[in-house]
Amino acid sequence: MSEPLIFKRYYVWQLPVRICHWVNALSILLLSITGFLIGYPVIAGSSPQSFVMGWVRFIHFVAGYALIISVISRLLWSLNDHCFSGWREYFPFLTKEGRAEILVMLKFYFFIDRKTPDAVGHNPLAVTAYVGLFLIFFGMFASGFALYAEHAPGGVMATALKPVYLLMSTQTMHLYHHIGMWLIICFVINHIYSVWLLDIKEKGGEITSIFSGYKYTTKVHVFSEGKECDENGCFIRVKK
Amino acid sequence: MSSNKSSNVSEKTEQISGKQEFSIGEILKKRGVSRRDFLKFCSAMTAAMSLPASFAPTVAQALDEVKRPTLVWLNFQDCTGDSEALLRAANPTVGELILDILSVDYHETIMAAAGHQADEALESTITKYKGKYICVVEGSISMKDGGVYGCTSGKTHLEIARRVCGSAFATIAIGTCAAYGGIAAAIPNPTGAVGVRDAVPGATIINLPGCPCNADNLTATVVHYLVFGKIPALDSHGRPLFAYGKRIHDNCERRPHFDAGQYVEIWGDEGHRKGFCLYKMGCKGPATFHNCPTQRYNEKTSWPVAAGHPCAGCSEPQFWDAMGPMYKRLPNVPGFGIEHTADKIGLGMAVGVGAAFAVHGAISALRKDKDPAEKTKED
Repeated sequence: MSEPLIFKRYYVWQLPVRICHWVNALSILLLSITGFLIGYPVIAGSSPQSFVMGWVRFIHFVAGYALIISVISRLLWSLNDHCFSGWREYFPFLTKEGRAEILVMLKFYFFIDRKTPDAVGHNPLAVTAYVGLFLIFFGMFASGFALYAEHAPGGVMATALKPVYLLMSTQTMHLYHHIGMWLIICFVINHIYSVWLLDIKEKGGEITSIFSGYKYTTKVHVFSEGKECDENGCFIRVKK
Repeated sequence: MSSNKSSNVSEKTEQISGKQEFSIGEILKKRGVSRRDFLKFCSAMTAAMSLPASFAPTVAQALDEVKRPTLVWLNFQDCTGDSEALLRAANPTVGELILDILSVDYHETIMAAAGHQADEALESTITKYKGKYICVVEGSISMKDGGVYGCTSGKTHLEIARRVCGSAFATIAIGTCAAYGGIAAAIPNPTGAVGVRDAVPGATIINLPGCPCNADNLTATVVHYLVFGKIPALDSHGRPLFAYGKRIHDNCERRPHFDAGQYVEIWGDEGHRKGFCLYKMGCKGPATFHNCPTQRYNEKTSWPVAAGHPCAGCSEPQFWDAMGPMYKRLPNVPGFGIEHTADKIGLGMAVGVGAAFAVHGAISALRKDKDPAEKTKED
């Protein structure tokens, strides 16, 4: 490698995307810890005034609200026509190019091909997993807030969530809420591992990108046909 | 205004009962029930209906004046536990309730008549007071194979229920079996048992679930009808809001221990003796809506949690299936063995995923993949 490599820098994660990511990460961490303690209270108060479980539940509810606000904000942000954060990015399996990229990714993961994928925006396979994750989130919001609203039957929240009560019993909601947590934990393990792996293999600054917002690539042609993005501002120019 | 209202109601009830009778107040006086005891009963009923204490005189006045409503009591697939609970009700006593407040024209367990005589009593009541009598149903109704698994005097319960509940002013489904099918409807439900609501769609039904139903709630429902001339406000499961509008967990006397993180860990431990929260022993109070903590059973003596046993969730729909296992907080995962809880499966899943990625990482570390920069040169 005598000739110097030329890296192109892309501003992929806008500030709201990064904020949502870290609010999600923090609230998932808090929700999992407090949720586990609510299910298996290993904590013990020394006197009836200690309110230990009360605080654990309070943190769980606040983190739950933080997560739903963050997720809904992120969904609203995806309505802007941005190359890396717009809603189109989330459905690579709908386009031919996207499916090809997913195939490259799968071949890499299953050690079939040595060709390292070099995704500039979202990794096409990861983004497909995020769609599943968001569905799990909404299952957790429905079951979680339906359980929470039971303290005030007939209240605004309980009335709004009536379909959930018709669909399943309270105990079933508890069950799905636990299963949902474990699915999210499995996702987190996968997510952290993949970021780590691709940071090493792609050499594009995968891990730091979620702090700084920038990713690097040596690719000459980055985007599939009909989709071009500016290096800094990242707006779409659709050629027809 | 209140006297107007209650006199209207008394006229209405007179119309409903259709027979000239003494008012409840007069009967009680005749039977030697003191005014003081009567007013105490009225206050207790006002409290049971979640009405403010200022309503007690209204209740007393209305009960003073109204005539006894006609009532028929049907026993289907049941254990007669609700009849037992009612007969042993301390407030009102058997005499007050059965003989004075309600005119029970048909009740298989306690009526003197038998056989054809009993059938005639039922038949004459439902034809004479069509659309005016109150029907109480105890027990679930078998629907499978035309309802042949539950018959009384040669007729299926389904047939009887459709006929009797269909022409009643209102039907009170007493106990969890009558309300939702209960124990008989638990998996595999061999008789196709359902609650009255599912067996007689379209009938006016008040569900009073519980195993057994708290007799005070039945009396309060009847008193509500006598005082206001209509059935009480119901929730989406058809239960009166005054009795089923709040969650047990939120009114529990052990709730401070829950919030403090003080739990019974094993039966008979120090926490159990001190009256700590039964959450970890599988209490279903957080999933059950009933007035047990405030109304209690047997002259407000006790209720399961006060006696040191976790709530079984007996008054919720799909009890027994949805509330099992009794001594575990979470239901079992369908399709897995009994000891496989959601969290054991979840933990196994997480460990599996972690191990799979650890192996993947080890292989990836040893494997020499193409550098993206190399690819650039190829391109």
